[in-house]
Amino acid sequence: MAEHPLPAAQTCLEWLTKMNLIRRFEERAGEQYTRAKIGGFLHLAIGEEATVVGAVAALRPDDYMIATYRSHGQTIARGSDPGRVMAELFGRVDGLCRGRGGSMHMFDLEHRFMGGFGIVGGNLPIAAGFGLTSDYLGNDEVTLCQFGDGASNQGTFGETLNLAALWSLPVVFMVTNNQFGMGTALERHSAQTDLQRKGESFGVPGMECDGMDVVDTWKVTSEAVKIAREQRQPVLVEAVNYRFRGHSMADPEDYRSEAEVLEWSKRDPLKTFAERLIAEGVITEPEREAIDEQAMATVDRAVEFADASPAPEPGSLYEDIYVLGDQVRGWYSTDHRGAGVRKGEDLS
Amino acid sequence: MAEMRYREALNEALAEELERDPNVYLMGQDIGVFGGAFKVTEGLLERFGEKRVRDTPISENTIVGLGVGSAMTGLRPVIELMTINFSLLALDQIVNHAAHIRYMFGGQVSVPLVIRMPQGAGHQLGPTHSHSFEALYLHVPGLLVAAPSTPADAKGLLKTAIRDDNPVIFIEHETLYGQRGDVPAGPDFTVPFGQAAIRREGTDVTIIGISRMAITAGLAAEQLAGEHGIDAEVIDPRTLRPLDLDTILDSVRKTNRCVIVEEGWPHGGVGANLAALIQEQAFDYLDAPVGRVTGVDAPMPYAKNLEQISFPHEAEVIEAVLALFGERSVGLNG
Repeated sequence: MAEHPLPAAQTCLEWLTKMNLIRRFEERAGEQYTRAKIGGFLHLAIGEEATVVGAVAALRPDDYMIATYRSHGQTIARGSDPGRVMAELFGRVDGLCRGRGGSMHMFDLEHRFMGGFGIVGGNLPIAAGFGLTSDYLGNDEVTLCQFGDGASNQGTFGETLNLAALWSLPVVFMVTNNQFGMGTALERHSAQTDLQRKGESFGVPGMECDGMDVVDTWKVTSEAVKIAREQRQPVLVEAVNYRFRGHSMADPEDYRSEAEVLEWSKRDPLKTFAERLIAEGVITEPEREAIDEQAMATVDRAVEFADASPAPEPGSLYEDIYVLGDQVRGWYSTDHRGAGVRKGEDLS
Repeated sequence: MAEMRYREALNEALAEELERDPNVYLMGQDIGVFGGAFKVTEGLLERFGEKRVRDTPISENTIVGLGVGSAMTGLRPVIELMTINFSLLALDQIVNHAAHIRYMFGGQVSVPLVIRMPQGAGHQLGPTHSHSFEALYLHVPGLLVAAPSTPADAKGLLKTAIRDDNPVIFIEHETLYGQRGDVPAGPDFTVPFGQAAIRREGTDVTIIGISRMAITAGLAAEQLAGEHGIDAEVIDPRTLRPLDLDTILDSVRKTNRCVIVEEGWPHGGVGANLAALIQEQAFDYLDAPVGRVTGVDAPMPYAKNLEQISFPHEAEVIEAVLALFGERSVGLNG
């Protein structure tokens, strides 16, 4: 793939800073997981930073972004406070979702990061719903929906692309092809391995970008976003990349060879972008080190913030199940704490 | 007051809410050009246009997901699934997404979505097209569940459902669409959620009927009064979430006996749930075990005679009530 010229120096610096922050954040999250500060599943995006940052860079702040269970990076790239992302991983009250969602379910309405979603393929119809709202209200917002290669085999993929094409919805569907649906290699799970072609029968045009190159990802996604915004139609973008860590922290990685990982790691998106910026004189080696130190300091503060944040009050357990308004003034519930009837949180 | 059919009451509710709020829109299979599989949405496409009355492909899970996404971002979708049977295809979007998005995202968004769908047996449609699933949706925290049995409730509850900020499972009944009843006039008429209706006051036994079974319970109560001298109180909860347990418990404390009637399967059913709540809250007031009348514990058969004995009729309700009094009916199944 032809190398594009770099954008303005300030933009390059922003991207490198974000990619570096995501890398250091994910590394630290992995470390905190092994110390049992983080529970459940933890899916890290190490190796996928260019796909995340390049795609987000193609959006306006009022565009919608929606992703999968691997979405700490997307949340941060959209502008969320890393401390609140880490607090969510720690299951604390200052987490983005007040400790209700955890790693797989990040959400930040303020930055229009419209969710990490735990069900493979579950976010595609919802993305089309955002597109429908934009269309219905007559504004020009675009939705960017990221999902994995594995999700392209779900029924929602075909159903959603069909509907988005039929109703001319302004949604960019980005399949991040990291070569594996969990532990099953692409050629073992998809009859069509050229994933950008999977929308052809619905008339959804396909594009491909090098998901290991932030500039290419930004460029191709920008083109797709422009089509969606101006021509009011869905586009499918395949971002080819590779995750350097396992599917989740609980992954022995028996399905791929060390040689393969080593080969891809030569194309480490953070390292190659930093080296290019140095080679083209945008930054110096000491500046690159300073950016990295700054990222580590930000992550240190995020961990401190998360550690200091209290666990949610047990009394808040029932909060936000329902919107309690004029019609729904509490509800009856019984649970493991005994036979007593609980009437919800607010009976005023 | 105007007399109208259940389907007409629903149609009026939809039209009034489409009129009232420009962000309300309808979406479903064959609801526009065709007018709805049960003609509930007849005339609405002509009146409100394609933007607000949207025919969809047959993609239940994705239709509901589209509704969820648009509800999260400011619209108020009202989805029609052709029947409740097909909602099984949409369970992921209903349970994992519609019901839990507000909670799992820490209250940052709400999902003001209504999913309308009819249920019920009696048309010889066999195992895949005859389900009753109140219990399935009642099971899920985050959903509200309404099951109107009269034209007035159909209209009033649907308007409340559309105005509410929570995802609402709105269960209609295939055999009730043609039923007539008085419906209060005017666009301001609504029926609140969480308020049971006492259809018949009585002192001897409380009969709780869900969905169409509220009608069956009422017919059984008249026979019990006329033929057995038993004065039954009939309660239609109208919404199962929120549940008006107070009205049910007050009645049981008065009558000391209770029978719950539903069309769905017995195990894990609405009756099982209500019986547990009643014995937990009013054990000392009960003179007999809480009785349940349910659909049989089998898939729905096609053959007419088998289908008819697979879901409750008045006779089974009467028999269950008499059993609480240590009597058996004469000439009925018992």
